Amino acid sequence: MTRMSYLEAGKQGLTEAMVADPNVWAVGEDLGRGGVFGQYRGLAERFGPERIVDAPISEAGIMGAAVGAALCGTRPVVEMRFSDFALCAIDELVNQAAKARFMFGGQGRVPLVAREPIGMWRSSAAQHSQSLEAWYVHIPGLVVVTPSTPADNRALLRAAIASDDPVVYMEHKDLWALEDEVPDQAEAEPLGKAALRRPGDAVTIVSWSKQVHVCLEAARTLAGRGAGQGIEVEVIDLRSLWPWDQDAVFDSVGRTGRLLVVQESVTVAGFGAEVAASVAERFWDRLKAPVRRLGSPRAPIAYAPILEDRLRVSAADVAAAVDDLVSIH
Amino acid sequence: MSGSQLRRNVDLARLKQQHRDMLRIRAFEEAALAAAKDGLVKGAIHPSIGQEAVAVGVCGNLARADYLLSTHRGHGQTLIKGADATAMMCELFGREGGTCGGKGGSMHIADFDAGMLGANGVVGANIEIAAGAAHAVKLRGEDRVVACIFGDGAINRGPFLEGLNWARIFDLPVLFVCEDNGFAATTRTRDLTGGPGPAARAESLGIPASEVDGNDVVAVDAAVRDKLALIRSKGGGGGGPQFLVCRTYRLSGHTHADAAAYRGADEVAAARQDDPIRRSRAWLEEAGVAAAELDALAAEAGAEMAAVSAAAAAAPWPALEAAYRDIQDIGAPREAVP
Repeated sequence: MTRMSYLEAGKQGLTEAMVADPNVWAVGEDLGRGGVFGQYRGLAERFGPERIVDAPISEAGIMGAAVGAALCGTRPVVEMRFSDFALCAIDELVNQAAKARFMFGGQGRVPLVAREPIGMWRSSAAQHSQSLEAWYVHIPGLVVVTPSTPADNRALLRAAIASDDPVVYMEHKDLWALEDEVPDQAEAEPLGKAALRRPGDAVTIVSWSKQVHVCLEAARTLAGRGAGQGIEVEVIDLRSLWPWDQDAVFDSVGRTGRLLVVQESVTVAGFGAEVAASVAERFWDRLKAPVRRLGSPRAPIAYAPILEDRLRVSAADVAAAVDDLVSIH
Repeated sequence: MSGSQLRRNVDLARLKQQHRDMLRIRAFEEAALAAAKDGLVKGAIHPSIGQEAVAVGVCGNLARADYLLSTHRGHGQTLIKGADATAMMCELFGREGGTCGGKGGSMHIADFDAGMLGANGVVGANIEIAAGAAHAVKLRGEDRVVACIFGDGAINRGPFLEGLNWARIFDLPVLFVCEDNGFAATTRTRDLTGGPGPAARAESLGIPASEVDGNDVVAVDAAVRDKLALIRSKGGGGGGPQFLVCRTYRLSGHTHADAAAYRGADEVAAARQDDPIRRSRAWLEEAGVAAAELDALAAEAGAEMAAVSAAAAAAPWPALEAAYRDIQDIGAPREAVP
């Protein structure tokens, strides 16, 4: 085990993939100088400017070129800087990358990884803070990955690069500095498997990305209540939203009978709605309480810290929702 | 421009081949239009009737290993790049045996084995993809060039700027061909385009550009040969991108369903005099090829494509499972699992 940050772990995953396969290359704005968050620091020196490629501020060009390069035998890792900027490359990702294999009858593959950092990051406001993961889950052809830990950021990035499918890989900006133990031997991690972050029997909490940590904080608070008031909740980290691990969620809800889905993104039409609907369809006559979702109100993310925090789902919000759910019999 | 002295030094065998290629494209599209009228082709067809010299002049100079990125009006380019006519027609009919198994249709026709990496339903989207294909060629040290053909309507989209800039700054082996047929869908492009047009825009990005009469197959052929030699000049495509504007005219409407009433009959009649196939035929006759031989070439192309159309009509529909196949490996729809 080595202790490293989420950012360093992502860099290690990319480095390992580039060492293993000369067709892997990375392209994006400012990569030669390490990328906007430093996720690529030192890689240009190691792999050269042909494989760590500085791109113009040209998101559509970056993504479109990556589509062509992926169709022609390479594995581009595309850095979009902020997921908000990737909206400039929606045609290239949604109409081209996601559909090329299908509409050409299986003649081509588009093995690109689009790294799109998501999430609220103090006072970054409406165009640098969004979590739009649900948009991409809706698009046939795409894989959507949302790592929450350093170990996952290394293993899942390697799996994403190894995949022949186009992958939208969404790291959370607030997690860059998070440190944890990362196994020295990288195990091959299949995409689509959830991680059980904390076992419990009272309520199943399903989350992904940074909100997993908020849920775990709430779980510790709930468990730590004295005088026999403690509540043990189960926390499932989906890790990837397409495919998502229905079996893990169904297994847990089958035991707890209660579901809370927690996301940072806007609740309306968010991915939590898919989880909630799937559970309701299957467990409608066995649930002990209605399914519950927590997410952001349908409002753009504000700049002022006090306004931004208003939109965040806090550990206290999660604990209150759990209290509500367990009070229903 | 149709003067015989211009054609005196032409390679007669090559011109005859080009004439035949243009006849095949014309016959293919006429067969497809007839099939659309009969209800056998369900989706939109964007005919390139009148623009065949561009497809033949460009694609006739590409090796099978070279890549081509085409447009929604790309039947001719696909055919000359080496796709099988029956497989192409099956694709238009939505049948099994189509180049894409009946899942793409006319607007997404592709034949990767022939280096044809796809028509595109989004105007201009192929420009960035072509730049990326060339980027892969350079990264992998391959000896190929990439040709990217798009219409005059594409030059007002962002990918034109972003894709051309990309090819320039990374010095990529791409030939960009603007097939200027005068119309962006059903509106005249000149009314919607600021500045002097495609060549000047390419030059402003540092990409050498020239213009050619796109209805003169010999001229297009020569211009493309020169451009490809420049791209290949430093070996491995190190010569960087080139840009060619082919001025032509779309004799048909935007789609098979567009009667093109927005232009006068006199304009179209005048343009018909300039039909590239009419011109190549006149040159061949001047060079002494018998009219009967040229008639036979036309009849041959017509018979070939009639047979192609009949074969497509007789081909089976795709298996229903194809709707779920080839979407993705990870997280494929549950229906795709046998």
